[in-house]
Amino acid sequence: MIELKGISKKFGDTQAVKQVSFKVAEKETLVLLGTSGCGKTTTLKMINRLIEPDGGQIFINNENITNQDPDVLRKGIGYVMQNIGLFPHYTIAENIALVPKLLKWDKEKIKSRTQELIQKLHLPERTLAMYPHELSGGQQQRVGLARALVTDPSVLLMDEPFGALDNVTRTSIQKEFKALEELKRKTIVMVTHDVQEAFELADRICLMDKGEVVQIGTPKELLYRPINDFARNFLAGKRLALEFKVINIQDIWTYLPEETIHKGESKSANLSIWEAMELLRNNDRPELFVSGADQAIKSINFGQLTKGFNQYQNAQLHE
Amino acid sequence: MNEQQQTLWQFMSGQSDKLLSQTLQHVGLTFISLILAIAIGLPLGILIARKRKLSGTVLGIAGVLQTIPSIALLGFMIPVLGIGAKPAIVALLIYALLPIIRNTYTGIIGIDQHVKEAARAMGMSKGQILLRVELPLAMPVILAGIRTATVINVGVATLASFIAAGGLGEFIFGGISLNNTNMILAGAIPAALLAIILDALLSLVQKMDFKKLRKALYVFPIVILILGGFYALPTAYGSTLTAGFTPEFMGRQDGDLGLKSTYGLKIHTIVISDAVMYKAAFAKELDVISGYSTDGRLKAFDLKILKDDKNIFPPYYAAPIVRDEALKQFPELEKALNLLSGKITDSIMTDLNYRTDYLHQQPERVAKDFLISNGLYKAPKNGHKGTVRIGSKIFGEQYILTEMYSMLIKGNTDYNVATKTGLGGTKICFDALMNDQIDFYPEYTGTGLLVLLQPDPKIAKEIAHDRNKTYDYVSTEFEKKFKIKWLKPIGFNNSYALMMRQKQSKELNVNSITDLKNYLNKN
Repeated sequence: MIELKGISKKFGDTQAVKQVSFKVAEKETLVLLGTSGCGKTTTLKMINRLIEPDGGQIFINNENITNQDPDVLRKGIGYVMQNIGLFPHYTIAENIALVPKLLKWDKEKIKSRTQELIQKLHLPERTLAMYPHELSGGQQQRVGLARALVTDPSVLLMDEPFGALDNVTRTSIQKEFKALEELKRKTIVMVTHDVQEAFELADRICLMDKGEVVQIGTPKELLYRPINDFARNFLAGKRLALEFKVINIQDIWTYLPEETIHKGESKSANLSIWEAMELLRNNDRPELFVSGADQAIKSINFGQLTKGFNQYQNAQLHE
Repeated sequence: MNEQQQTLWQFMSGQSDKLLSQTLQHVGLTFISLILAIAIGLPLGILIARKRKLSGTVLGIAGVLQTIPSIALLGFMIPVLGIGAKPAIVALLIYALLPIIRNTYTGIIGIDQHVKEAARAMGMSKGQILLRVELPLAMPVILAGIRTATVINVGVATLASFIAAGGLGEFIFGGISLNNTNMILAGAIPAALLAIILDALLSLVQKMDFKKLRKALYVFPIVILILGGFYALPTAYGSTLTAGFTPEFMGRQDGDLGLKSTYGLKIHTIVISDAVMYKAAFAKELDVISGYSTDGRLKAFDLKILKDDKNIFPPYYAAPIVRDEALKQFPELEKALNLLSGKITDSIMTDLNYRTDYLHQQPERVAKDFLISNGLYKAPKNGHKGTVRIGSKIFGEQYILTEMYSMLIKGNTDYNVATKTGLGGTKICFDALMNDQIDFYPEYTGTGLLVLLQPDPKIAKEIAHDRNKTYDYVSTEFEKKFKIKWLKPIGFNNSYALMMRQKQSKELNVNSITDLKNYLNKN
């Protein structure tokens, strides 16, 4: 879907991006992760030609983007940025309708699509007539997303989309984003420096440093098969929390107690360890029933869960 | 003094036609130049916001243009653009340019970078970004620039009357020359009101929020265009020759009024400032001008005085006029000043004026040379018995006289001297004298009679043609009314005179004012 081949960019004497190559499959979310100044934002902006690369090629749907008119290209790619960049002199409705108007949609179509989006994004109807400065930060970011999604582009680029929000708002909007059906059918490249956010939202993560790709892989691969010390150290601080989120019951299935017979309700084994722990804590009973791949049911309590997780962890490290 | 007793209101209602047309001209001048300044300044501002390297140069040039004194700028324009509306509009345009360019530039570069990036990322073209994002967001700042430019223009437009472009300056500067306070106020009050009203209206536009502003932006250009339309370019009419008269000459019985009543002269006349009148005559923009008979530019620009065969211009013998109190305070003063009495004839004065006006010698040097060659110069005694304050009007001759008097006082008395040269006109000079701001200045008998005393027209007519009667009359009356003494006349007679270019005068065979009238009647 999106393919970068040996992309490089220099600003003055600084090599901002060096020989970066990756592919993003259709409907996949790739997160570019790294510290500030690692070249992740530059890489992202080259995909919609806000920045032109010095070397290498970029293909979207097998078409070289340098052969396309940049304005036409950009109208087909959704873009969400940290500072949101809403037009202060446009109402919310006008901000959302910006690209459709450029594409000369008729008024009815714009209106119905706007209505649909603000419902999905939980924006109150009355905000449509308001100006950006009258909205909270979280609401503004929702409008920013609505603006990017309004023409239903197949590709979405996001530059630190939650960076400007406070922690509480960020967590809740992240959850909404994850649940949003529209986003699940899009090919997304997202930039973040927040490891937890990357693990929360990514299908695959591209870890970058000094303009180069360090490692590309699923969150699990990054956790258990870091390619070098940099990759290992980058995750070290939040390692346990990340593991709880990445590993699910199915992964540790063999380390859990024997199967039992249970007629009542049971949870899917796709539950992450983190989610299972939260359920156990809030449960009025000490054990939780989970159903595995072959409909087998196991009963686990907190102790069994942590024991199984530890055994799985040891096995991974010695592999 | 009958005219003085007229109230301002009476004057304004009596001159309401003129006042209205001058106001419309004023508004028209202001807005025509504003339209042009926007048409040039806005694109330039956008350009330098795109290419920042140019910004220093462009803003620098506009800044330098802004610092040129307005009257000098008008002077520069005459050889290129002539006189009348064109140079006035160009000069106003130049003054309006800087605030518009600068504010457009500042407004655009001040826009949040992220908003611009978002606009690009949405796929807006450069033109769309400019029209839908940059200009609307920079608009409050741009409007502030336009507001500044408008107020500057209303002020500078008063000077347009110097080069015959009309406007409220005609009343203001005419009033200053004619010692007519009502006339000054009739021009100054509407000009001030205009500036205040336009400033207030534009501040309303500037404070509008985006929604209202969008609507206002459609109305705004139309309003400016209509206001600019008030100024219909002055069209030539009637006569084949064009006369340029100073505002003072226009309003005087021994000026344009006399030309009309005594000679029956009908000539297409425009009002112009003394400073640029001679140049305009030389550049063939004007054919007949109202000059002074001892003016050095007469010689410099090869002009010829038309003979006043019906004697409408009264004698203008120059003499220092001194406050009685100053004579008491400085007992040696009168003797020192009288040293010059009878020493300077018309031709000497014209020559001295020629040396300053045309050869650009310093008045100080010209004065010293003259005193030395007449054996009047003495080295300064550097005395400390007080300081005599000399005033002068704002033309070359008065500067030279001031220098001479200053040297005579320093050389012959123990007084020190302070000069206040370049006082804008008769009224300003005389008010300074009356209010103890200066001790004396050189005045002319004709001016003393007709401008400062303004006696009954009958008396004026009776004495105005006789040199001695005029001098006696002003001496007595000034002493009685103002406690001011006329010292002995210097000798020369700097009266009003109509003049033409030598060459044209020969071609048309026009040597006197009557000749001129006959020529105009025939053609």
